[in-house]
Amino acid sequence: MAPESYYLALAAGLFSIGVIGVVVRRNPLVIFMSIELMLNAANLSFVAFGHRFGSAEGQVFVFFVMAVAAAEVAVGLAIIVAIFRLRQRLSMDDLSMMRW
Amino acid sequence: MGIVAFAILAVIAVGSALGLVLKKNPIHGALFLVVNLASVAALYLTLGAEFLAAAQVIVYAGAIMVLFVFAIMVLIPGKEETGPDPRRRVRLAALPVGGVLLVILVIVVGRAVVATGPVGAPGNVEAVGRLLFTDYLFPFELTSVLLLAAMVGVLLLARRRA
Repeated sequence: MAPESYYLALAAGLFSIGVIGVVVRRNPLVIFMSIELMLNAANLSFVAFGHRFGSAEGQVFVFFVMAVAAAEVAVGLAIIVAIFRLRQRLSMDDLSMMRW
Repeated sequence: MGIVAFAILAVIAVGSALGLVLKKNPIHGALFLVVNLASVAALYLTLGAEFLAAAQVIVYAGAIMVLFVFAIMVLIPGKEETGPDPRRRVRLAALPVGGVLLVILVIVVGRAVVATGPVGAPGNVEAVGRLLFTDYLFPFELTSVLLLAAMVGVLLLARRRA
């Protein structure tokens, strides 16, 4: 059994990779997937802490995060599809219409 | 034994995460993300969270990734991100930023005072279910409202304007 701190370090690494993906990539779909990666890293640390303290509450929180992530993905993909319909190409750099 | 399993799973998780970020084709990225989610599910198993491992495979690697792949198939005509990047220098700054973030996270987690609680793995399906339907019953019900709202919102957003 690996100690929980290893799991936390792994979660930190995954989260950082997700952050880099969000900033570096130009495709909104890939950015979305990187956000999923970050959510998963947070979930992993929840479960690791829950295991450390011998409590199931961490797993309950991960359950809620999963539900929220499912809702978020559905809405986000619908928004991306709507934007694609509007301008026929897909790049984060084009989406500056809400910037003042 | 446990540490070997963790090491293998960790290498798979980090490698597939890097594949997601580095691969140009979003379909490849999506498949890498499926591998990553599966390895995280296996990590949940090593932590004694069987319910979450199953939910992870069904909800994430199943439903959500199908949605992603579907959206990629509909939206992306082949490869993209092939043209020259006008903001290349700004984007490359993300690498030191991500590295600094990683260092900060590791330091913070490493210095955190972890109180000595009861160590063990009671987190089986029964414990999670008991918590969900007693202490967390109200948030649980709110989740269904959230999913309903998301569904209605998606229908509204994806509707073709007449």
